[in-house]
Amino acid sequence: MPVHLIYREESVRAELIGEIDDYTARQMREAIDPAISRLHPKKLILDFSAVPFMDSSGIGLIIGRYKLMRLWEGEVTLSGMSRRIEMIVKLSGAEKIVRKERREQHAG
Amino acid sequence: MLDKNEMKIAFPSFSSNESFARAAISAFVAQLDPTVDELTDIKTAVSEAVTNCIIHAYRDRIGMIYITVAIDPAGEVTVKIRDKGCGIEDVPKAMEPLFTTGGSERAGLGFAVMQSFMNRVRVRSKPGVGTTVTLKKKIQSRRIGA
Repeated sequence: MPVHLIYREESVRAELIGEIDDYTARQMREAIDPAISRLHPKKLILDFSAVPFMDSSGIGLIIGRYKLMRLWEGEVTLSGMSRRIEMIVKLSGAEKIVRKERREQHAG
Repeated sequence: MLDKNEMKIAFPSFSSNESFARAAISAFVAQLDPTVDELTDIKTAVSEAVTNCIIHAYRDRIGMIYITVAIDPAGEVTVKIRDKGCGIEDVPKAMEPLFTTGGSERAGLGFAVMQSFMNRVRVRSKPGVGTTVTLKKKIQSRRIGA
């Protein structure tokens, strides 16, 4: 599975695992969407700590989840982004619609 | 004829082949001793071009994707990604950032990413015939493999 989902009180943390391209973004989406559609969390944290490579499919993944979360006024936070991933996010303008979290030591 | 260092791969447009294409190209380019950043720039641009073949050129079928990678002694990498898919009606429009016909899960950033990570991006396309994307990047190499 390319995603670990960690459930907290009002948030879901999705630890994305491995390279993100069109193929894996689809698998990640299929793992995340049923969970958040059922729980309607206030916050979805997409954690990129274990993502060594991402192309613009990752932006589609972020924006698609943002649109879904907005249906119940939830928000999306990006966490653990490498400098390169941050570059692509910046290029897309997606940083205007999401929050950013510093790299975390523990996912507890 | 054989003074050119070049490799070719061809594979069907299964989405699961994207990581293979990236890995094959970076393994070949590695002999120029690029930095990790330079290599990732090329991998990212190639990934965008291959994705375009899969989700646009061969939208409702599986077709072949042909990639040629050439490296020259000055350290210039030229990657050509060719398909025999539907072609692009309006290339300048397709290259505009955020323009996409790929649905809500696509950001419309493929060409913008290619342009920002490579020195040159050229697109030749003919509707009904196919598309060739040519990407060039100069490696600031410390050791030229030749």
